[in-house]
Formats: sequence, C-alpha cells, structure tokens
Amino acid sequence: MKTVEEIKAAIEAAVPDAAVEVVSNPSPSGQHSLRLAPARALEVAKFLRDDPELTFDFLSNVTGVDWPDKEVSERVKVTRQVTKVVDGVEQTVEESAEETRKRVEPGFLEVVYHLYSVAKKHGPVVLRMRTVNRTNAVELPSLTPIWRSAEFQEREIFDLFGIVFTGHPDLRRILMWEGFKDYPMRRDYVEPDDFEYEPTAHDEVLKRAQEHRNREQATPAAKERPPGAPAGNGETREQGLIAE
Amino acid sequence: MSVLETKMERPPDWNRPTDLQPHGENELLEVSMGPHHPSTHGVFRMDVTLDGERIIRLKPVFGYLHRNHEKLGEGQTYLASMPYTDRLDYFCSLTNNWAYALAVEKLAGIEVPERAQYLRVILAELTRAQNHASSVGFLIQDMGASGTPLMYAFKEREKILDLFESLTGSRMMCNYMRFGGCRVDATPAWLDQTRKVVAGIPAFADEFEALLCENEILMARTQGIGILRPELAVNAGVTGPLLRASGVDYDIRKVDQYGIYDRFDFKVPLGDRWDVYDRFMIRLLELRQSLRILEQALKDIPGGPVMDPKAKIRGFRPKPGEVYGRIEAPKGELGFYLISDGSPNPYRYRVRPPSLINLTILEEMCIGHNVADIVLILGSVDIVLGEVDR
Repeated sequence: MKTVEEIKAAIEAAVPDAAVEVVSNPSPSGQHSLRLAPARALEVAKFLRDDPELTFDFLSNVTGVDWPDKEVSERVKVTRQVTKVVDGVEQTVEESAEETRKRVEPGFLEVVYHLYSVAKKHGPVVLRMRTVNRTNAVELPSLTPIWRSAEFQEREIFDLFGIVFTGHPDLRRILMWEGFKDYPMRRDYVEPDDFEYEPTAHDEVLKRAQEHRNREQATPAAKERPPGAPAGNGETREQGLIAE
Repeated sequence: MSVLETKMERPPDWNRPTDLQPHGENELLEVSMGPHHPSTHGVFRMDVTLDGERIIRLKPVFGYLHRNHEKLGEGQTYLASMPYTDRLDYFCSLTNNWAYALAVEKLAGIEVPERAQYLRVILAELTRAQNHASSVGFLIQDMGASGTPLMYAFKEREKILDLFESLTGSRMMCNYMRFGGCRVDATPAWLDQTRKVVAGIPAFADEFEALLCENEILMARTQGIGILRPELAVNAGVTGPLLRASGVDYDIRKVDQYGIYDRFDFKVPLGDRWDVYDRFMIRLLELRQSLRILEQALKDIPGGPVMDPKAKIRGFRPKPGEVYGRIEAPKGELGFYLISDGSPNPYRYRVRPPSLINLTILEEMCIGHNVADIVLILGSVDIVLGEVDR
C-alpha cells in the first residue's frame, strides 16, 4: 500500500486545493492520519473511493473525539526595559526574565474515519476533520453519500458529541431518546442529578435526587421537563405516513 | 471478487434504500415491531410501514440497553475495561477480549508469547463455533420450528461453555485475555477435553445439516429472501458471515493475519445467491472451517509461558498515540480505537460494533418483502443488543 505521504500527493494531484495535512502518530502502531479541510472533504473522499489504485471502498469505523479548551501555561523568556538607578544616575537597562504565560487553546470536535479496501485488501487510512469550535460552528460535511456505513455511525456522533453532519439523509438521535438535550460523550458532560440510576438506589444517589427535588420545589417557576424525561414515541408519529 | 471489479454506472442515490410507492388505495399500516418481540433477540424495535403485507419502509430503533460503554471506558484504567468488553456481545466474550487486548498491544507495542497465541486461537474458534451453531438455531426458531433445533445447537454450545468455565471460571463473562497474554494457563487435561469436544462437533454438524438444509419449508422461506448486493454490502460496511454470504471474499483472519492465523490452513466459504439461505449455509460451513483450525492448533500448541514476563500490569501507561485494532469476531469486524495521552486511562475508547453497522442495510434487505420475512432477515443478520446499544 502507498504511504500516507504518497496518498497525500495523490489527493493533491486529483483535488488541487484539498489542503491535506499529515498528522503523525508516535505510537508503535504507526497509523498516521490525514487531516482534511471540511470544504473539499467530499471530493477527496470520492477520489479515495474511486481511484483505481487506492480503491478505499470500505469505511470501517467512524468516531468522534472531543478536545475541550485547554489552558496551556508556558515559560517564556522576555526582555523588558527597566528603569534603574545605577551609580546614582537613572538609566534604562534591558533585562531578561522568565515569565509564566497562560493562554487558552480553543477546543474543537474531531471526526476520525478509518478506511480499508476490500478489493485491494489494504488499509487502514485514517482521515480526520475538525470543527471550528465546540459551541456554534460544529458543522462538518457528512460522508454518508460516499460510504453508506457512515449513516448510523455519524448519527451516533451527532447524538453523543453534537457534531452536525450537513448532507446526512437522516440525522436524528440514535442511542439517546428524542428530546434529550445534552451530548453525553463530551468531556465536560455532567450527568443529571435527578434520576435514580441504580436498580436499588440508595445513599448518595437518593440524597442527590432528594436535593434536586428540594431545589425544584423551592423554585417552581424554573420547573421544566428534566433532560431525562422521554418525549413519547415521537419520531415516527411526527413524520407521519408516507401516503399522507 | 468478479462482482466488485465490474464498474457499475451509479445513479446519485445508488446507496440509498429504494422508495417503494404504495399500490392503489390501500391504507398504509404502521406497525411497531418490538421492543419486546420474541424475534428481535433483545430489546430492539422496528418501525415498519406496510402496504398490505408488503414492507414499504422500515426504521430500526434501538438504544434501550445503552449504558455509554465508551464513557465508562474513558473513566477507568485500560485493564479495568476488560471485563466490560465481555458484556458487549455476551455470546462471544472471548473474541471481544481478544479484540481489545490486540488494540492495546498494538498501542503499547507488547509481544504475546507463542502458547498464549495458540490459546487465543483455540478459544476464538470455539467461540465462533458455538456462536454460529446457536445463531443458526435461533434462525430456525424464528421460522417457527420452536425449540427443538435450537436445543440441538445449545446442547453443543453447552459443552463448549463447560470448557470455558473450567478454564476461565465463567461460562459467558470470561474476562480471560490480558495485555501480553492470557490470565491462566490451560492444563493438559483441559486440552484433552477440548480435543474430545472438537472431535464430537462434526457429527453434530452433519446431523444439523441433514435435519435442516434440505428441509422444504426452510428452503421456501429463506431462498431469494433478503438479497444483499455485494457492492452495497461493501459500501455499507457490512462484515462477517453476512458479507461473505454476499460473495465478497473478505475475512480479516486472512487479510490482516493477526495473531498466528497465517499458520493455519483453512478456507473462506462464499455465497453466490446473497440471500438468507446463503447466510445460514455460510455459518454452517464456517463452523466446519473453525474445526479445521482447532484441530491444527490443538495439535501444534507449544509449551511455555502464557504471559509476556515484561508486560506491565500495574501502573500500565502506554505512550501517547492512537491505534485502531480489529479482529474477525463471529458477527463481523470488531474493532477498538484508542487514543492514549500518557495517563492510566484511555483518552478516547471506541468500540466498532459489527452488529450495529450490519443493521445499516436492514431496511434495504426488507423492502418489498412480506412482514413475516422481517423476522428471518433480522435473524440472518445475527445481532446482539448488548453490542448494538453499548
């Protein structure tokens, strides 16, 4: 099979402005990946599937990864001008010092695709795509039109990570129920405190549930259907019969 | 492979289900099959739209057993997830163990000793044998042959589960593999007993085949039903016996040759009619191939340790990186995708469940058939809800 660099070159020859980057993987597995720009991802995917030499006709695995905002603190050498009294005269002297600076690396959501070839029996090639951020720009193009096996897996990522796949034919929640609000696989997900999740709930769980009820009674205005409450068997009824 | 090599002219929506239009003025009926339907093998629901008896639309609905297995995996150490993998496909806990161990071994670069490799192959093939026997049994049970054929299959499965119990301490939740080997060694007595059980299975397979394969009712109910074109099967990520019944030669044991599968002589049976009957026959043929592997492995198994002495069990922290490892589980390609950030817990722990992805084309296979055929087509996919819902 071609190496990742060769595949990158082939993609760039076929889709000129594809902007593919190689992401290296330090683990002994050596499965390096290719990061695609979302804008041209569909064309690149189509090329990977239909190119007679690559023929990645089998999309095995699709998954999401959440990378939350990360606070990085780094020590930086800075030179600054300091006014000092040297030998009784005021002078401006350059002084170098070390300073700890903190900056926040913005988080993003990532999708990872693992491709194999059934016809040529090679693989895997790993594709990745990033969203702009984790809050309001979470759209990525769906690859379901190219590989049907992405259908349920992208729905799962939409359900658990909250990535919106544009061009997906049937983007609904798949494992959680319709009407569920949050995205459980995100790293900052907090599980609701109002359900007694053990079959024989006791101690801590019951205490938390009781505290939740107390809070609700104290502020009746804020009473809403909790995120866990099922919305009824909604999805088919809403869509209605085809004939109608 | 010939089917795949012919380039078809594809219309833009070629990999979407065909949209059947209702005949005449018949009123359409929406049926919710499940979640507590005896044929769904667990809590699984299908929203079916019917025009008379004919299926016009079918949407699988699942998630009733969802426990967010992947989130649990991220919250605990690598080894602590091992017993949880047993609960994915609870029919085949040993292959789940192997898939997970294989992924972690690839991530951390751990070697597995010879004897452990042989034990893994023996246990995986025993698992495959009992899974295929009982899935065929279930298929016939779904057809209405209540009880008897399934119990024939279970009689054989019970012997294999006894072997698992005496080796690992548990019939179904084996929790046997470790990163770099296996948990305990097999005694010579266990190997002898395994040889005896394996020697007894061909007689069962002959009996099972004679009882069922030329049965007129079975042939009438399954032939020409639920046809899955090889092109679509590959595109939809279908794997395992379902893919091979569609005539695509793709067995990960042959393609990746993980473990020591390159040392064994076995064949990959393929279907040529792509229907439910083919899937049923492929499973019986694969059962016989598993026996061939078992005979060779039980003959050649060497002595030695079953754990890599350098493998670290406590304080196991793989270096940062990521890996996708996969094996040929009885239901299809079972893969684990792991990202390590150097801490004792995986940063991302993902299971690629073959049962879930094989359901993608359930609608495609059912459309146009009668409502009674759904049960058979779903049975031929062979799902386990512990794995679909995770």
